[in-house]
Amino acid sequence: MSEDYTAQELMVTAAAREIRDGELVFVGMRLPILAYGVARSSHAPSARALFELGLMRDAPAPAFLATMGDPPNVAGALWATRMSNVMALLAQGIVDLGFIGGAEVDRFGNLNTSYIGGAIRPATKLPGSGGGADIAILSRRWVALMSHERRRLVDRVSYVTSPGHGDGPGWRARMGLSGGGPTAIVTTMAVLRFPDEGGEAYLASVHPGHTVDEVLAETGWDLAVAPDVGVTPEPSQQELAEIRRLDPQGFWTGRR
Amino acid sequence: MSMAEAVDRFVPDGTQLAMGTCLEPAIPFAAGHEIIRQGRRGLTLIGPISDSLFDQLIGAGCAERVCAAWVGNVSEGLGHCYRRAAERGEPHPIEIRDHSNFSISLALWAAAWGAPYMPTRTLLGSDILTTNPDLELVDGSVRIRPVQPDVAVFHVQRSDPAGRAHAWGPLGITEEAGLAARRVIISCEELVEPEVILSDPNRILLPETKVVAVVHEPGGAHPSPLQGFWRRDHAAYRDYAARSRTAEGFSDWLEEWVLGVSDRAAYMAGASRAELAVQRHLLSVPVDYGDE
Repeated sequence: MSEDYTAQELMVTAAAREIRDGELVFVGMRLPILAYGVARSSHAPSARALFELGLMRDAPAPAFLATMGDPPNVAGALWATRMSNVMALLAQGIVDLGFIGGAEVDRFGNLNTSYIGGAIRPATKLPGSGGGADIAILSRRWVALMSHERRRLVDRVSYVTSPGHGDGPGWRARMGLSGGGPTAIVTTMAVLRFPDEGGEAYLASVHPGHTVDEVLAETGWDLAVAPDVGVTPEPSQQELAEIRRLDPQGFWTGRR
Repeated sequence: MSMAEAVDRFVPDGTQLAMGTCLEPAIPFAAGHEIIRQGRRGLTLIGPISDSLFDQLIGAGCAERVCAAWVGNVSEGLGHCYRRAAERGEPHPIEIRDHSNFSISLALWAAAWGAPYMPTRTLLGSDILTTNPDLELVDGSVRIRPVQPDVAVFHVQRSDPAGRAHAWGPLGITEEAGLAARRVIISCEELVEPEVILSDPNRILLPETKVVAVVHEPGGAHPSPLQGFWRRDHAAYRDYAARSRTAEGFSDWLEEWVLGVSDRAAYMAGASRAELAVQRHLLSVPVDYGDE
């Protein structure tokens, strides 16, 4: 990998490219806050951001955010309100895109952020859904951000906190889920995508400095590889400048 | 009323207690720390996410049940006391009723409106449906049973002595938690005259009839932020995350910042706290309630 940027900075720019101009984006926390800023400063100048605690914005906060509730995210907001009003937009199906961080994801994009090793006496108790399950079920499409490790990208998650494509194509429609489900998983090594009809993730691009074999070795199922698998575009200088403006200490991007 | 008196009178053992309802801002840490000092047991903690406060109450042995969407440390990651309780039963086992942020909001609205349940499409296809007995799948939609707190505690910018509170910034699930709760304790930065509050009745958070105690508690949300008053103390969350990694480290932290501290005024003393005060004030334009 180039010395010029971190793996997290590349994840931010890859996530930013998932945001289209004019979209209403359920931003959430951590790297997606930076991804919204990058998208807003480049290809998606009219994208709006929603934050589940009760905020809408049309530009990133001008200062560093450790959480969506930090005061700079509230000053200059388009709307400061209650959570259920933001969830109303999600439930109506008018939120275009959401981001969710996952501890464990499987081949169908189902996320586990609750329990590793069973719910009764878990080996690891993870923090839980937060708004993740709501985004996964109700947003038009969503993107997961993950650390790419074999123990995290598993064949089937043992507990589905936030459902992806369930057990394959057609599952979401059968279960009555209104949103379209995951369209991509952006990891520290690669971008995985899903077919338009849902189903199983495939390898779409590998980040610079990594190889297809390395990605396959760190994935816990027999990952399909796109015939045209490419290299994830590197962050541009303009994108890096925006990331570092919003996170000058590298709190979220591994530079701290 | 002091926080010690409010907790003593209105938060007995076994209380079902809603806190942290604005999510990351305005978390009533001062109330939580007083609850720990008074050694409460058997609490049910109700909230959306909890940025460290529930973790502290769990680590101190106050909680027997958690009814929440997320328990951890928002900027640092996992909640180590929550993990020890769930994984190893330390200091004692807890029951977990998982929610999503939307579903805990709906559960509180159900209680607020006296509804038998709230129907929704969220949580369809999630295993949360299978592990939380308050959720039921009926005819293709989810029924969420009401969650009624005995007490909700909110930290707000200002209140009058009658409990008419002005709160601003994102409110999270504060309104439904307050309407659902049998009793509300208000903790406030500024205790003001009724005329100040009544000049802007749209901004009053809840009916005064719910409020049983008003505590003037400057800095009562530290280390969480409060719009117009306090920035978030990121370093305090980092310190808590590092020290709570082991039970011994948590005990030391608890002694230093909770058990060995007399009250919030003592906790807030010192230059490092004062530096967190908001310096750049942004006043809204007054509205006109003119009537004739």
